[in-house]
Amino acid sequence: MIEIVNKPYSYTFKNYASKNKKILCLSGDLTSSCEVDQFRDEFPNQFVSMGMAEQNMMSFAGGLSMSGYIPFIHTFGVFTYRRPYDQLLASIAYPRRKIRIMGFLPGITTPAGMTHQAIEDISVMRTIPNMTVIETGDATEVESICEQANNVDGPVYCRILRGSVPRLFDTPLKIGDIRVLNSGTDILLITSGICTEEALRARSVLIDAGISILHLHVHTFKPFNEEKILDLLTNIKIGVITMENHLVNGGLGTLIAEIISKHGLSKKLMKLGLNDTFAHGGSKQYLTKYYGFDAYALIKSIEKFIGLPLNIEEKDLEQARIENVHSLSKAEAL
Amino acid sequence: MQNKLKSEEIALRIRRRVFEHCIKNNGAYLSQACSSAEQLAWLYNEALNIGDSTMPSIPESFSGVPSIKNKKYKTGAGYNGPITNEYDRFIFAPAHYALVAYATLIEVGRLDPAGLSMFNKDGSSVEIIGAEHSPGMEMHNGTLGIGLSTAAGIAYGRKLNKEKGETCVFMSDGELQEGQIWEALQVSVYYKLDNLWAIVDVNEQQVDGAMSDVLDIGDVQKKINAFGAKCIEIDGHDIDAMRQAKKEQHKDQPLIILARTCPYKGMNYLKKRFPRLHYVRFKSEEERSIMNIEISKELGIEPIEY
Repeated sequence: MIEIVNKPYSYTFKNYASKNKKILCLSGDLTSSCEVDQFRDEFPNQFVSMGMAEQNMMSFAGGLSMSGYIPFIHTFGVFTYRRPYDQLLASIAYPRRKIRIMGFLPGITTPAGMTHQAIEDISVMRTIPNMTVIETGDATEVESICEQANNVDGPVYCRILRGSVPRLFDTPLKIGDIRVLNSGTDILLITSGICTEEALRARSVLIDAGISILHLHVHTFKPFNEEKILDLLTNIKIGVITMENHLVNGGLGTLIAEIISKHGLSKKLMKLGLNDTFAHGGSKQYLTKYYGFDAYALIKSIEKFIGLPLNIEEKDLEQARIENVHSLSKAEAL
Repeated sequence: MQNKLKSEEIALRIRRRVFEHCIKNNGAYLSQACSSAEQLAWLYNEALNIGDSTMPSIPESFSGVPSIKNKKYKTGAGYNGPITNEYDRFIFAPAHYALVAYATLIEVGRLDPAGLSMFNKDGSSVEIIGAEHSPGMEMHNGTLGIGLSTAAGIAYGRKLNKEKGETCVFMSDGELQEGQIWEALQVSVYYKLDNLWAIVDVNEQQVDGAMSDVLDIGDVQKKINAFGAKCIEIDGHDIDAMRQAKKEQHKDQPLIILARTCPYKGMNYLKKRFPRLHYVRFKSEEERSIMNIEISKELGIEPIEY
């Protein structure tokens, strides 16, 4: 049984920031939604309430940085780049301010629909010069994010998982690394964020079906560990599948495509994720299935890849972890 | 740091220098010098408590944008003196006024006149729209509206640090159309940032022409006061009025001085082009020549040779 951790960001941030008085916790009116309410209550002098005014929040954070502080910005991922994109570039990215942007509700991890779902954030953030881009995929990675992000000499964007978060890994996230979860030679499966947990549901049945899968988990999109991917790609026989909680354009899939084409490798690539579409409001299980990037969609893609039926049915997969929308681990049902 | 010259004299010299540049280069942000010369002269000559420049009087050429690999990168903030606990921090918000800023730095002895010959030249840091690395600048303000928020962030940090120095922003009224300015005011008032103050060049001009024709923003003083800041309106060509305004008590409030100005002050002949004053480029050799003669007369100088 997978271990489920309750609000790992909450205690991680509190433990880390309370020891460094130069860190300021900024919140765009989403304090409990971003799990920093307890920090606010215990360390009010390190908390700056910015209200619903993201444009100001970005430039204000730039100013705080110019007076020697390290702002950790807390809001939903979408609100850190859609409305205040100009400020993100001029006040944070260009001058390489040491500002840590904690973006919650990555991809379709919210039933709040298009306005709340950050589905192109990685695409946007990784094309911004000077920006480091990280995505957490489990509780252990959330537990290491504050320290890792704060070690970066420049601005960092992090996709943060909140609420009930599974523990998949036993070693901390290390920026620039790529995790090897399973060795194999037929298919290179590269997943990130919540898609790694989803892919793990399918792994044992795929192995039983005789498919040899090299499974990688990516948490650092920039700087990306190209050498490691290149090294692992070389001996793959059939092809590469990427699965991401993001548009298939601009994110993980595109990153891998860029490496394949740059090095003139002859590898087929199948990209699972949101395929040039917005999503709507719904549960994670419903949305990943509807948009074709759940465990079963992965099985179907592999069948297409190898051109043979695997005779695996959806019920054969490890049971999906159903998150309760109305959970005490979340401030509101978003 | 008090210059030997009076602020009024510095203002006149700023106008002359920007005008000379405009005639020689057949175009410049000229009306901005007309409207803001007294404010910038007063700021650098009297109002700001800043130290001597830490930068070379002839600016170094462009040394690359900030990146992890660029170890040589520097902003232009050093022209406003060192950053210390006691000194004021100065944010120059309307980056389109860069030429006027450079002219001011020259007239107060922080920049060599030769620095202006590098203006808008390839490979130079003396850019047409003030960049972070341009003299007197500390951040990119070419995207209007981010200056006040940034200054508010600095002021908040300085309060936490219990620093003595204030944080000042020079702004223009056109940028008041940006929503971010009002977000910044909200936050500055909420956090009682009385170590933050701004002077706004209210010349009522923007790129498309007079603000009243483009997007009238009504009674700005009333609006800013309603937001809870201390807002004072003065004649922006009256340096005594600036001195008085800065003395106003604004405990627990940011201070915003609205300096009402004329976009052709000191160069009345420019009025002929009203309301197209955002960037003055002469339409014909004849216009250039007659403006040279007429405005030189007003500025008390010989016509510029070009």
